[in-house]
Amino acid sequence: MAIKSLHKRESDLANSNRQLEILSNGIFKNGELPTFKDKISETDQFPLKAKKLEILQINVGYMCNQVCEHCHVDAGPDRKEIMTRETMQQCLDVIKNTGAHTLDLTGGAPEMNPDFRWFVEEAAKVGIKDFIVRSNLTIIRANKKYYDLPEFFKKHNVHVVSSMPHWTRGKTDKQRGDGVFDKSIKALQELNAVGYGMPGSSLKLDLVYNPSGAFLPGDQMAMEKDFKKALLEDFGIQFHNLFAITNLPISRFLDYLIASENYEDYMYSLVEAYNPAAVENVMCTNTLSVSWDGYLFDCDFNQMLELPVNSKAKHISEYNQDLLEGRNIVISQHCYGCTAGAGSSCQGSVA
Amino acid sequence: MSKTYYDPADLRKFGKITEWSEELGNKFFEYYGKVFEEGALSAREKSLIALAVAHTEQCPYCIDAYTKDGLQRGVTKEEMMEAIHVGAAIKSGATLVHGVQMMNKVNKLDG
Repeated sequence: MAIKSLHKRESDLANSNRQLEILSNGIFKNGELPTFKDKISETDQFPLKAKKLEILQINVGYMCNQVCEHCHVDAGPDRKEIMTRETMQQCLDVIKNTGAHTLDLTGGAPEMNPDFRWFVEEAAKVGIKDFIVRSNLTIIRANKKYYDLPEFFKKHNVHVVSSMPHWTRGKTDKQRGDGVFDKSIKALQELNAVGYGMPGSSLKLDLVYNPSGAFLPGDQMAMEKDFKKALLEDFGIQFHNLFAITNLPISRFLDYLIASENYEDYMYSLVEAYNPAAVENVMCTNTLSVSWDGYLFDCDFNQMLELPVNSKAKHISEYNQDLLEGRNIVISQHCYGCTAGAGSSCQGSVA
Repeated sequence: MSKTYYDPADLRKFGKITEWSEELGNKFFEYYGKVFEEGALSAREKSLIALAVAHTEQCPYCIDAYTKDGLQRGVTKEEMMEAIHVGAAIKSGATLVHGVQMMNKVNKLDG
């Protein structure tokens, strides 16, 4: 049976306050493990402060054609939250007036927003250095109206970043749903066919790996080597870089951790792998996350936990660099996910 | 005191063995860490060897540790099971090869 979003299931965990309660109680309340605040205080890194804005990450809607087991967005076909053209225009106004060099579109499946193409066309005109679309790949094969996406991406020199949990069918489909592996392979071949991911090509195609269960990602370089070898040998597929991303204990992944009785062990693993060097470069220090309705967050995870930025400017329409730069980042225990081992961000390892 | 001989949570306390013998404990962990570094064998290959040995040694802590380590390295369950069969084959082979000693003895005593 296909899984449904926590919202559709009316799960207790669809409530972000409930998630935050869980992350603050138990092993963190009784002192068994240090809170994230205490941990970063040990190395005088509290409070975490925002530096200059480099990446504007825009979540254009929670609707998705897939219902992945561990989705931190709780995305799915039943989610109706979609960014309007008006909010997109407000984002464009900000992009024009800031030094942000990277625009990062995410979702849900961003391509499902009816104004997605308009937004890409308008944003491309502004002249962003790195213009990322986080594509789940299967959307390219989901409906005829999406078949030309590889050509569309190419036309606007979009940097495609796609999720691929494993180079084998079994592990991929377990996490992302039956048939996802075959469709993803086909989509990658189509992207390769228009030049994406080929050696020396300026059409950038990167893959995102996140673990399929309650364990941390291995070394990014070693994983990339294994992925490249297997995808080339088995399917003739090429790509540029692999980003290894740690699953954060929120939303559907938190639900999974609790249901499978892995929550405490997982939190122990994150805390044991804590790396102060990763704290230096966590993505919240140079990124701003914009929700489908235009509100501002330190990262996509805080967006899902409904933890707004600690600033007077709370909406993209009120964007003010002076107010936002140097703000204190809002933290909780989920932040351990970004500071474990080599660190984790939407661009992969950070340390 | 735990009422069972093995408690999964004890694995997390492994590092504490240094508290009662700091020098030897530290030397052990330094050696241990070095062994598993990338070398003539990849860290991934070493992880699979460790998993097989964990089974032949029947160490529940090591089995937990190297199953998780394998998953983190992208090792598939098919690879893990094959590695364990290697360990099992050596264990059973080691039993059976002693059959030659039995045969030698029979031949000597009753040949």
